[in-house]
Amino acid sequence: MKNVFAASGMIMNEPLLWEKGKKGRRAMDIAESDVPTARLDSEIAGDGPDFPDLGELDVVRHYTRLSQWNFGIDTGMYPLGSCTMKYNPKINDKIAATPALASAHPMLSDDSCQGTLHIMYELQRYLAEITGLDAVSLQPAAGAHGELTGMLIFSAYHKSRGSKRDKILIPDTAHGTNPASAALCGLHPVPVKSGPEGIIAPEVIDELMDERTAGIMVTNPNTLGLFEENIRQIAEIVHGRGGLVYADGANMNAVMGVVDMKKCGVDILHLNLHKTFSTPHGGGGPGAGPVCVVRRLEKFLPVPKVMKKGRKYVLDTDRPHSIGRIHAFHGNFGILVRAYSYIRLMGADNLKKASRLAVLNANYIKEKLKKDLHLAYDRPCMHECVFSDQNQHDLKVSTLDMAKRLMDFGFHPPTIYFPLVVSGAIMIEPTETESKDELDLFIEAFKQIVREAKDTPDLVHQAPHITKVQRLDETTAARHPCLTG
Amino acid sequence: MRFLPHTKEEITSMLRDVGADSLDDLFSQVPRECRRDAPMVLPAPTTEWELNEQVKEIADMMEVQPDFNVLIGAGSYDHHIPAIIPALTSRSEFLTAYTPYQPEMAQGTLQGIFEYQTLTARLLGMDVANASIYDGASALAEALLMGIRIAKKKRKVAISRAVHPHYRQVVETYFRPTEFEVVEIPYLSDGRTDLSGLSAEDELAAVAIQSPNFFGVIEDLASAAEKIHGAQAVFITCFTEPLAYGLVKNPGSCGADVTCGEGQSFGIPRSFGGPGLGMFACLEKYVRSMPGRLVGQTTDLEGKRGYVLTLATREQHIRREKATSNICSNQGLCAMTAGMYMACLGGSGIRELSRLNYDKAEYFKKELTRAGAEITFSSPTFNEFVVGFPKRFKSAAGRLKKKKIIAGLELDTYYPELEGKYLFCVTETVGREVMDAVVREVKK
Repeated sequence: MKNVFAASGMIMNEPLLWEKGKKGRRAMDIAESDVPTARLDSEIAGDGPDFPDLGELDVVRHYTRLSQWNFGIDTGMYPLGSCTMKYNPKINDKIAATPALASAHPMLSDDSCQGTLHIMYELQRYLAEITGLDAVSLQPAAGAHGELTGMLIFSAYHKSRGSKRDKILIPDTAHGTNPASAALCGLHPVPVKSGPEGIIAPEVIDELMDERTAGIMVTNPNTLGLFEENIRQIAEIVHGRGGLVYADGANMNAVMGVVDMKKCGVDILHLNLHKTFSTPHGGGGPGAGPVCVVRRLEKFLPVPKVMKKGRKYVLDTDRPHSIGRIHAFHGNFGILVRAYSYIRLMGADNLKKASRLAVLNANYIKEKLKKDLHLAYDRPCMHECVFSDQNQHDLKVSTLDMAKRLMDFGFHPPTIYFPLVVSGAIMIEPTETESKDELDLFIEAFKQIVREAKDTPDLVHQAPHITKVQRLDETTAARHPCLTG
Repeated sequence: MRFLPHTKEEITSMLRDVGADSLDDLFSQVPRECRRDAPMVLPAPTTEWELNEQVKEIADMMEVQPDFNVLIGAGSYDHHIPAIIPALTSRSEFLTAYTPYQPEMAQGTLQGIFEYQTLTARLLGMDVANASIYDGASALAEALLMGIRIAKKKRKVAISRAVHPHYRQVVETYFRPTEFEVVEIPYLSDGRTDLSGLSAEDELAAVAIQSPNFFGVIEDLASAAEKIHGAQAVFITCFTEPLAYGLVKNPGSCGADVTCGEGQSFGIPRSFGGPGLGMFACLEKYVRSMPGRLVGQTTDLEGKRGYVLTLATREQHIRREKATSNICSNQGLCAMTAGMYMACLGGSGIRELSRLNYDKAEYFKKELTRAGAEITFSSPTFNEFVVGFPKRFKSAAGRLKKKKIIAGLELDTYYPELEGKYLFCVTETVGREVMDAVVREVKK
C-alpha cells in the first residue's frame, strides 16, 4: 500500500510528574501579599500535599510530550461508531473563551448575566427545532446524565399519575449506558431482542409492554446504524398502555433535517453535543447531554429553566413538578457555547447536508468493504455500518487484531465488540467531515489488513508496531490495580 | 460550508458506488410518517467574521464584565490561571481525542489522568481517586449512593445543612425515585455541623459533611469522624474549594472514608458554572464500590510502563444495570487541567497560595468587624465567610456595583434563617483596595 500515513517519529520518553523536579521550583507566579499574615489555629492547620515542585518549562515539556503520545481528530480519521468523531471547529473554542462568558459567575442575578442566558435560551430553541420536540433542558453534563434525567422524568410522570411502574424495555441495539441509567431510577431493564433485519418488531413490544412497564428506551438510529422503521407503531403501543418513549439521540447526526422525533412518537430525547454538535470530547469529556421533551412533560424538566419574559431572560426555579436540580449550576456552559457557535455557523441547510453526507460516507465504506469483511446486516445503513470478524475466524485473526493493526496505518480503530448483538463487531462511523480521499485510504488500509490476515497473520496479531507502547497487559492492571503513583 | 469537504463530482461518484440516485435516496428506510413536514427554521449560517461580531454584542449584554471584582465563591471561584494551562490543554491531541479505549493511541491522556488521580489522592489524603465525575454536586450524590452500597442493608443517609444548597438539591433529585431516604443535619451557631444527635439507632448508611462548608467554615472533621464512625456510618466529606487543603488538614488525615467535591478552582474558568469537575477519592478497601473511570498502571508486551482504563467491571458498559453508576463520559480534559494546575503550583506553591487566600479573608473579616459588621459564625474559615451588617446592605451593594464590585451573595433564598446575611469570598485575585472599598461603604 502506497499511502501509509503513520510513521514513528521523534517521540520523547517522559517520566511521571513526581519523578522530576526539584524542591523550590515553581511554574506559577504568586504575587507578594498585600495583607498581614493572619494567625492560623494549629487545630486546623495541615501539612499540605506532597506535590513535586516543577519549573515552568518542566511542566510545558511534560504535557507537550504526553500530548504527542495521543491521537485526536486533528491527527487523523477517528471512525469510532456511535461516537461521531467529527471535526471540532477551532472557532467554537475561541467563542467559548470570550472573556465576559468564560468569567461569568453562575450565581449572578438574572439582570447581571443576560448574555449567558441569551445563549442558553437560543440554544434551547435551536435544539427543539432540530429534534421537533417542544422544550429543552441544557443541564445534563453528558449523554448518560441526560439519560438519567430522562428516567427521572419517567419516574416523576408515572408518580404524578399515581401509576406504579418498575420495568423498562431496552432493546439489544441500545447504548450501553441505558440499563444503568434506568436502574438508578428503580426501573428493571427488560431486554428486547431486535428482529432478523436488525430493528425492533412491533409484535415483540406488543407482547412485552404491560401496565407495570414505564416505557421504552430506544436508540434511533440504533447501534447497528439502522433506522427503527417501526418506531411510530412501537410508540403507539407503548402510549396506548400508559408508557413513555425515550429516545437516545446519540445518533442524531444521521437524521438532522430529515426526521421529526415528535412525529416518531418520541416523548423524551437526549442529545450529545460532543457528538452531533461538534464539541470536542477532551479525551473523555466534558460533554453535554441536553434533554428535549414534548409539551406535556415540560413541567418535569430540571430547575432552573431559562425563560424569556418580555425582552428579559430569567431563571425560573418555581416549578413544583420539576424533577429538581441535576447539576450544581447550569450544566457544562462552556460546551453549550461551542454547540451554539456550531449551529450558528452551519444554519439549517448545512446541518441537513451534514447528516446526508454522514450517511453517504457510511454507506460508501459499507459498500467498499463488504466483500472483505463480513457485513452483519446487508441493507442500507444510516451514519454507521457494522461489520464483524466472521470471515477471519478460520485464520484466527480477531476484530481486536485488525483494530490494532489499523493504528499502524495512521487510523484510530472503529468501535469494537459493540453492539453486543453482533459477535466481534466492528462498528464504523466516518462522519461527514471526512473527505472521499480519506475514506479511500481507510478502505485501502482495511483491505490490506484483510490480506495480511491471510498472508502474514503474525503481523496482525502483534500489531500495533509503531505506537509508543505495544499492547498492554489489561488483565494484570485489573487484578493488581495500581491506581496512584 | 468549509466543514463539509465533498465536491459535487465526488458526491455523484460516491452515490453511484452505493447504488443510490440521490442523497434523498439514502433515507428511503425512513418512513414518511416519521419525516419532518417542513425544513428546520434556524438563523441563517454565519461566517466566522460575522459570528465574532455577533458574539461581541452578546458579551456586551453582560452587566458583569471581566473587569468586575465578583466577591462571590459559593462553589465557583476566581483564581489566576497560568498562561501555560490554556496553551497546553488546547493542544488538540488532548482536546480532540475520545475516551482512551485504545490505550496504545492514548498514552498521553492516560498518563495525564493517572497523574491527576495521584495528585488528587495526595491532596485529599486518600488512597485512590477516580478520573472525575461531572461536578461537585453529582459527585456528592454518587458518594452517598456508594455509601448505601457499602452499608448494604441500611436505607438512610444524612447530609449537613451546611452543605452547598444546590448540592443538597442534586442529591435529592438523585434519591427521589429510589427507596432510600435523605435526612438533614442542622448546624450550630458557630457554623459547624451539629452531630450531637447522631447514634447507631439512626441506621444511617452514610453521613456527608462539607469542609470548608457553604459558609466557608472549616469543620472539625476529626471529631466528626469519631461520631459518624461511632454511629456505624460511612463518613463522606465534600468540598467546593480544594485549594483549602494546601493549608488545612485534609479529609483523609481526619478519618474520611470517601471525599469528593468540585475542582473548578484548579485552573478552570468559572464559565457560568461549568464545565468543572467532580473530584472523587476513597479508601482502597472501597475502590470496587467506586463510581466512574479509573486509570491504572501496567506494562506492555515488551515490559515497558504504560497506562490503561481499568476495573471496568464496575462500569455500565460491562455490568449494565448492576454497575456502580451509569456514568460514561466524565470531565476528562478538566481533570487533565486540574492535574496541570497542581503540577504548576507544586507542594510549596499550593501552600503559599492557600495561605494568601486565607490571609486575605482574615484581613477582610477583621476590617469589616471594625467597621461595625458582624461575622456570623465564630469557627475558623478559609476564603469565604458569612457577615451581617449594622443596617441594610442593599443600597451599599448597589453603590459598590457601580464601582464594579459585586459585594457578596445574599443568603435569604438559601437560608431563610440567615436573612440579611451575606456570603463573601476573597481569593488571591482580590486586592486590598477592593476590600477597603467595601469596608468604606459599610462605614457610611
